[in-house]
Amino acid sequence: MSDLFEFVLRLGDDALVAAQRLAEWTSRAPEMEEDVALANIALDQLGAARLLLSYAGELEGAGRDEDALAYLRGDREFRNCLLVELPNGDFAVTMAKLFLLAAYQRIRYDRLVTSTDERLAAIAAKARKESAYHVDHAALWVRRLGDGTEESHRRMQAAVDEVWPYTHELFTTDESAARLAEQGVAAAPSTLRDEWLGAVEPVLATATLTRPADGWAPGGGREGVHTEHLSYLLAEMQVLHRAHPGARW
Amino acid sequence: MVDLRAAVAAVVDPEIRVVTIDDLGILRSVEQDPATGRVTVTITPTYTGCPAMDVIRADIRHALTAAGHPDVEVRTVHSPAWSTDWISDAGRAKLAAAGIAPPPPAGGTGRAVVPLTLAVRCPHCGAPETEQVSRFGSTACKALWRCRSCREPFDHVKAL
Repeated sequence: MSDLFEFVLRLGDDALVAAQRLAEWTSRAPEMEEDVALANIALDQLGAARLLLSYAGELEGAGRDEDALAYLRGDREFRNCLLVELPNGDFAVTMAKLFLLAAYQRIRYDRLVTSTDERLAAIAAKARKESAYHVDHAALWVRRLGDGTEESHRRMQAAVDEVWPYTHELFTTDESAARLAEQGVAAAPSTLRDEWLGAVEPVLATATLTRPADGWAPGGGREGVHTEHLSYLLAEMQVLHRAHPGARW
Repeated sequence: MVDLRAAVAAVVDPEIRVVTIDDLGILRSVEQDPATGRVTVTITPTYTGCPAMDVIRADIRHALTAAGHPDVEVRTVHSPAWSTDWISDAGRAKLAAAGIAPPPPAGGTGRAVVPLTLAVRCPHCGAPETEQVSRFGSTACKALWRCRSCREPFDHVKAL
């Protein structure tokens, strides 16, 4: 496996699994406008995932296209971070996850615009503008719920506390990521955290939320070791394609 | 060559049927190989996940086949990235005439420390007293707004 294939797969799997989770809200969001919003954000994530997984398939050179990578891999072959596969929980948990993820994706894509890899740079230039919109939207809800009623504040704080440990994985640099950074393809994940904190902390502060202390840092997603939640998500996402390979309509 | 370009440029957007793919800046180029006669059309998506792209590709093939050029290749490029600044003046006028507020100049969202909000004029009555109802609308590229003067809701193409 080349380092570049590995990296593009990680980025693409983050977007794909996030899209699938967000789409679970369709017809279940607390209000009609939010239903439309979450579906749109899921669609943006899916759009980025398709570009990235198509590219990953080409890099691998084994004849796998975006569909083969999305629908015909088992959970141990997925390289997404654990954060995106966690269950949606209540609306506050979903917003905490989206806010922390989108803030990371925006910075990740921002940096990739100057990548020495032209294809990645082009995808990132497109995706970063959409990510910026996701950050704005999620930040709005984090502030509204955090600085809202006693109950909404309590639940928003609990949500941020619950998912915060999973953000550490986004900024972990392994050997493969370190080699790509040396080649100027993609900044090392660990170098993105200060900027991410700079984007996240002020929003938490205006939302009257306490920034959780750093401590427990679960990981493993980048190596294919996932929580029990991913295989259920994949079962639902892949069932049609596995039952009817190559189905089109 | 002029005919080919005109045939493709007349393809309407499947989701906003008052404007063409040329008005929206989705169409990047139309080229014909003089040797083989093959026509290569290059397009770019508004949003990465825009579900209209497959229909647009099919409509381009259909338009060129109808014009007598069945050998068509439709290429999709992502660089330079599409922004709402690619929407032509004619496209903006058509959107407004259809009750869809055109986008303000792009670049105002995202990185700004203090987001700059420009007044969006109601496409129905022209009043500047409008408000956003939802940041997302009926398609990926639009938000839902409402006029506080005439009370009509309207779509607004988001700056990107």
